[in-house]
Amino acid sequence: MTSPTVFAAVGEVGKDFFKERTTDTLPCQSTDKLFCWDWARENFDRYETPLRQHVELVLISVAIGFAIAFALALLSHRHRWLRPPFLLGTGVLYTIPSIAFFFLLLPLTGRGRDTAIIALSAYTLQIIYRNTIIGLDNVSKSAVEAARGIGMTDRQILWKVEIPLARPEIFAGLQIATVSTVAIATLATFARGGGLGEPIFGGELGIDFKTNIIIAGGLAVLLAAAFGLLLLWLQRLVTPWRRVETE
Amino acid sequence: MPTGEAATDIQPHSGASSVSYVGATKRYGDSELAAVDDLTLEVPAGEICVLVGPSGCGKTTAMRMVNRTVEMSAGDILVGGESVRSKDAAQLRREIGYVIQQIGLFPHRTITENIGTVPQLLGWKRDRIRARSAELLALVGLDPDLGDRYPAQLSGGQQQRVGVARALVADPLVMLMDEPFGAIDPINRERLQNEFLRLQAQVRKTVLFVTHDIDEAIKMGDRIAVMREGGRVEQYATPAELLMAPANEFVEDFVGADRALKRLALMRVSDIDLWEAPLATVGQPTAELRAKLDAPDVEVPYPLLVDDQRRPLGWLSERDLAAPTVPERPDSPLGPVLDRDDVMRDALADMLQGGAQYAAVTDAGGAVVGVLSVEIISEFLVSSAAKVDEHPAVERPLGAEGSDD
Ligand SMILES: Nc1ncnc2c1ncn2[C@@H]1O[C@H](COP(=O)(O)OP(=O)(O)O)[C@@H](O)[C@H]1O
Ligand SMILES: [Mg+2]
Repeated sequence: MTSPTVFAAVGEVGKDFFKERTTDTLPCQSTDKLFCWDWARENFDRYETPLRQHVELVLISVAIGFAIAFALALLSHRHRWLRPPFLLGTGVLYTIPSIAFFFLLLPLTGRGRDTAIIALSAYTLQIIYRNTIIGLDNVSKSAVEAARGIGMTDRQILWKVEIPLARPEIFAGLQIATVSTVAIATLATFARGGGLGEPIFGGELGIDFKTNIIIAGGLAVLLAAAFGLLLLWLQRLVTPWRRVETE
Repeated sequence: MPTGEAATDIQPHSGASSVSYVGATKRYGDSELAAVDDLTLEVPAGEICVLVGPSGCGKTTAMRMVNRTVEMSAGDILVGGESVRSKDAAQLRREIGYVIQQIGLFPHRTITENIGTVPQLLGWKRDRIRARSAELLALVGLDPDLGDRYPAQLSGGQQQRVGVARALVADPLVMLMDEPFGAIDPINRERLQNEFLRLQAQVRKTVLFVTHDIDEAIKMGDRIAVMREGGRVEQYATPAELLMAPANEFVEDFVGADRALKRLALMRVSDIDLWEAPLATVGQPTAELRAKLDAPDVEVPYPLLVDDQRRPLGWLSERDLAAPTVPERPDSPLGPVLDRDDVMRDALADMLQGGAQYAAVTDAGGAVVGVLSVEIISEFLVSSAAKVDEHPAVERPLGAEGSDD
């Protein structure tokens, strides 16, 4: 996915990141070493901004995606006929290749973070939507019947019984969406959206310089793992009843 | 198990309402056949009314029309004289306890939170909800320490008790119970039935109880409505009436060929007129006894030897009577001794098991009050006129229970 044509098309990707550098400040580049510790120590602070941008991209995109997907799920929970169109719609967004998506948006939203966020949010919809409706479907029918028979209104049933009981699936969806967004957000740089993609795809220079790839890619992997663990922990926190079942 | 030691603000004999079906009808969708057709039925306050009938006959539909989880197509239902339609449905349901077969506890709420659901909806304060939940746990015989657990940590029987506690928590006017013990194994079901009857003896709610099991109906019901397809009531009667005089062939088939024996399960030994045995004491001249046995209206042809407190020691045989005085050790063994509070069916079983024609019946102190014979029982069973006093469900003998868990 990083073919020269793509770089040609995008042009200035990674320009800022490497602009102060010349070949002699990259002592390992000419040698074919896998990882250059000296360079890494000296230049690690260069990754702070891309990392911060990356975290922001992911958090904002997932938050927006969640808000939309959750609303769609609740809407189609009440009105089931909305499910096929919603599944189809989010499914189509999910299947558009990422880079194509950025390019499609360029004429509308121009280059920049907003474009990246729109595309990234759109990607999360399908996963979060699907998981939320599965979670709502899996809620025990007898609990809902009891809730109604006990005198809960439809709204109370939704917020006090159905949504809490759908939390495991909702959080599972959030986890998958977040982790995959960490990966896809590396492409945000093609829309000039910043993030860890900038050093990774930092021109021909960046790609051939393995130390750089390992640091930037490694940060993305660590970030994905951190988000994954955080969400796992959150999921356990909000579903305390599931921890006791195996006792 | 410790049912009912708990102090409770459920007042016995208060807060129960009658339930009247007035031509209540339910048609699902535009189906031609009504699931419940023109049902008219009066359930007095404080009684257990069992709706029983084959699967699909409309029991659940009939029951759920009361709390409007199924909306009537026509007719009306009055709770305490007021139409169920005069209130907002959610409001109505908070005043009616509801227990379903699948129990339907909320898996994500602790036991205390489950029981406190309706109080929470009613806006009770936290402390009051906690206190009330603990009280209800004790009332249904559960350890209040279970309050902080989740439903998945409880056994099926415990969960069912929590379901009953949740239904009772806001002191409802009426309880609806849809096959509440249907998913419980037979031993625990028997125990839960007994517990519920003990509980009902205290709270005296109006209970609509749905089951497809005629034995459960007979056990739990003050009154039983036998239903068939379309929610038609074939007979509405007390259990004894139902067993003694089924209104038609359908009811007769439904209650089963052993209905005579089932009647025995409803009564105690003391419910029937016992025979009198000539009593004998050690050292008594046998001539006296022989004279008694020659009397024309003698019911038991053998004298029963008792001690000075009328406790039975054994039966005297012809050989014993041939001696001048009553011997210390009678010739025939005592055989089964029954308590007057024993369930008649168990008494009969004891006698058949022991191969005895006669059994001494004693009171709580062990003194003989009469003799039960197989003949009395069979006479009782064949005479359709023989009618015993009806007991409300909560005063009837309870069946045997398995050991405590
Ligand atoms: N929600 C429903 N929609 C359509 N038909 C129903 C529904 N619930 C019950 N029925 C039908 O109504 C009849 C009575 O059902 P039900 O009251 O559940 O009977 P029971 O509780 O005695 O088994 C059955 O024929 C059943 O198929
Ligand atoms: Mg049913």
